[in-house]
Amino acid sequence: MAEPLQVSDADFEQEILKADLPAMVDFWAAWCGPCRAIAPVVEELARDYQGKVKVAKMNVDENAKTPAKYGIRAIPTLIIFKGGQVVEQITGAVSRNIIESALKKAL
Amino acid sequence: MTAWDYDLIIVGGGPAGLTAGLYAGRARLKTLLLEKLIHGGQVMTTDLVENYPGFPEGISGFELSDRMRRQAERFGLEFQNATVQGLKVGPPHELTLEDRELTAGALIIASGARYRRLGVPGEDELTGKGVSFCATCDGALYRDQEIAVVGGGDTALTDALFLTRFAAKIHLLHRRDAFRGAKILQERILAQEKVQIHWDTVVTAIQGTQAVEAVQLQNVKTGELASLPVTGVFIFVGVTPNTDWLQGRVPVDDGGFVFTDDHMATAIPGIFAAGDVRHKLLRQISTAVGDGATAAFAAENYLTGNH
Repeated sequence: MAEPLQVSDADFEQEILKADLPAMVDFWAAWCGPCRAIAPVVEELARDYQGKVKVAKMNVDENAKTPAKYGIRAIPTLIIFKGGQVVEQITGAVSRNIIESALKKAL
Repeated sequence: MTAWDYDLIIVGGGPAGLTAGLYAGRARLKTLLLEKLIHGGQVMTTDLVENYPGFPEGISGFELSDRMRRQAERFGLEFQNATVQGLKVGPPHELTLEDRELTAGALIIASGARYRRLGVPGEDELTGKGVSFCATCDGALYRDQEIAVVGGGDTALTDALFLTRFAAKIHLLHRRDAFRGAKILQERILAQEKVQIHWDTVVTAIQGTQAVEAVQLQNVKTGELASLPVTGVFIFVGVTPNTDWLQGRVPVDDGGFVFTDDHMATAIPGIFAAGDVRHKLLRQISTAVGDGATAAFAAENYLTGNH
């Protein structure tokens, strides 16, 4: 799982909420420049935390239910889930350090 | 033998800073560009840039700034992520970062501007919960919903047009009785059935508990009050400069924008400014790029004693 997994409303529960590992989901859209700017960081973290964290992406333009369920009104938003629960939520384009320290807290 | 870490440090990685970096790199100055978040600055949030020459079909803000960065790096520009917290005027000029100090023979202030806030109740509390300053970021989350856009300049009109792709209805709230934005954008807005324009209208409060539920409006001519139920409020009412870190050490205008001469020189020898952060008539990518080139050339002249 070197690349972030693409998830949808349909498989979100199975892939993220019922995941064995902590999961980080990057909610994004193609129009969103800041989302594209943090995408390489998310990909790096998917590689660096392979086997420790499940890193996934959800396109909010194609999936409305999950973003609504978690009250997402701004992207990029990163949510870290552990055992089906939200443990960290970061909104806006931030540096790798901030994302990584949130990930480490969740591990 | 130099008495500083870098010949030139550029603060800010938008079009002004990246262009200054390109020119400084080609001038073989040892140059560092510091950017606090992500390169590109405000351009990053623009879906389609239609008024930057050379791209007849337009280009996405992300793509344009990414190209500018790669072009500058090709000529040796060094790039670091860091937030500048303070400035000590030299020479050499010293920048205070979170974890260290850096010195430079010359400095270009290209720290840009950010979207201004309305300053009304509810705005801060509901930011990210329906209050947005980035249509391209958050627009898709308002599919089939009724939203408000505040402002009447280029950004407000462009972003209101972008939001028509998603929203069921857009209330465009403008405090005057005419728009300031480009005529072509006005024509497009007036032709949009989804957009209802509220002239002479200001927002007095944004309401909601978990998320935005309504905006309170006032007509500035009649004084009439109204409540408008919306799920999102996109605010584009001009910009405010990112100049707090200068701590008053470089002269600025009443709005905080840096004064420069025609050579982009500030009142402090060896300190230049470029782009939206300057006191200037028109803040555009095309004018930022020109500022950046001039500032780098002027900095080079300063460093070699040809000023």
